[in-house]
Amino acid sequence: MPKITYIDHEGNERTVEAKNGESVMEAAIKNSIPGIDADCGGACACATCHVYVDTAFMDKVGEQQEMEKSMLDFAENVQENSRLSCQITVSDELDGLRVTTPESQH
Amino acid sequence: MDLSDASQIVLIGGGQAAAQAVQSLRMGGYTGKLTLVGDEPALPYQRPPLSKAYMKGEFAEERLFFKPAAWYEDNGVELILSTRATKIDRATQIVELEHGATLTYDALILCTGSRPRPLPVKGADLGNVFDLRGLADVDRIQPNMVTGRRMVIIGAGYIGLEAAAVARQMGLEVTVLEMADRVLARVTSPTMSAFYEKEHRAHGVTILTGARLDHLEGENGKVTAAVLADGTKLPADLVLAGIGILPNIELARDAGLTIDNGIATDRDARTSDPRIFAAGDCASRPLVHYGHTGRLESVHNAIEQGKLAAAAILGKPRPPEDCPWFWSDQYDLKLQIAGLNQGHDEIVVRGNPDELKFAVFYLRNGTLIAVDAVNSPPEFLASKKLIMTGSKVAPDMLKDTSISMKDIAAAAATA
Repeated sequence: MPKITYIDHEGNERTVEAKNGESVMEAAIKNSIPGIDADCGGACACATCHVYVDTAFMDKVGEQQEMEKSMLDFAENVQENSRLSCQITVSDELDGLRVTTPESQH
Repeated sequence: MDLSDASQIVLIGGGQAAAQAVQSLRMGGYTGKLTLVGDEPALPYQRPPLSKAYMKGEFAEERLFFKPAAWYEDNGVELILSTRATKIDRATQIVELEHGATLTYDALILCTGSRPRPLPVKGADLGNVFDLRGLADVDRIQPNMVTGRRMVIIGAGYIGLEAAAVARQMGLEVTVLEMADRVLARVTSPTMSAFYEKEHRAHGVTILTGARLDHLEGENGKVTAAVLADGTKLPADLVLAGIGILPNIELARDAGLTIDNGIATDRDARTSDPRIFAAGDCASRPLVHYGHTGRLESVHNAIEQGKLAAAAILGKPRPPEDCPWFWSDQYDLKLQIAGLNQGHDEIVVRGNPDELKFAVFYLRNGTLIAVDAVNSPPEFLASKKLIMTGSKVAPDMLKDTSISMKDIAAAAATA
């Protein structure tokens, strides 16, 4: 099972085992990772699962769809490596993925 | 009342609000006894996919659950499932469960949710006549979702229309009956209603508005047709009723709590009994951005009130109260709604509905109070903030798609 490390804005790291096919958001929620709200449960409707993806993984996490792009446009403190974690699907290729959560999702 | 020394917290109900409250209590540092009583057999799960991806078979059941079973064990949450709470004795702070067990509480959170409004017609008890509320409902409906079967949906609200979209995509012949003169009449403007009617018709759904169901006919205990008041007979292999929900307030009412459409709560989700809280569909609450109280049927509301109740019990600062928001997925249309449009005196349309990307803004005295945004996240997200700040927005700017929502929001903020 691919391991994903979530780093909060203060630098605390939590590593969880994710399942192929679930989203990086779902793996976080099931493991009570703080810093990801995901109010809509992964429908790409709320923009509260914003993460910063380790740049080494940027080409592995897949392309952003239009909907995600325009949702992120309104998130706070967006960077080049910003993604909505509900739109990243876990696969073996993502083993070792590191994502950082922003200070606030609102 | 200070409940921060509570050591026994009981939740009744196992939906979104309860799942959130449990999570917020444990993450907030509560270490005492925590018991969740739910009348469904399943672990707490999310309902929105039931009328969308899950119904279509594109979303594994396991993904519906907020947390795996192990989480509840690891976090010391006792789950009492498939069990109804039958009585609250406020004097002794005891909840009675069916089969005779009792639970003592220092604080109690009612997350009793809602139930489908029953179809008030003859034949409603026939086989293959369904409601859509829980996992078990979808599991009963799904074997009937077979290409070519005829499905009649009673009620053109969000549940009915989402189910219609799924059924069409699965190849069923779908007819939607609506008593009002347009779909979504209770919740949105004629502009949006016209758009959704057109889209559903384009996908092959028959929509009959102003249609009053008289009764359902059946053979050998199974439904065969829906008969309208004007005598029209619509053959049906299955019928789905989506005519609204009723809040489950009986337990609270019988315990003498104040009821106001739902279980009346204050801004902290506290009921008229300071040890008892209510969250989600069953509760009515102050709508701080609108200056009145109301009952919201939404994920946002369930999450927020779950957090409010947990914070109040733990004696923590009140979490932010967001503007109400909702979403609906039908075909490839993502509708995002912010705010409540009741009482609007002006409607502004931005974009072109024919391009399947547009927004309808609702204003009152020049202040933005709500938006329905179709495939338009910027309109939704910008409006959410503007509604929360009670901003006045110039209709001419909203109409002008050459001005970005960011610029509109910035202009409104400085106006």
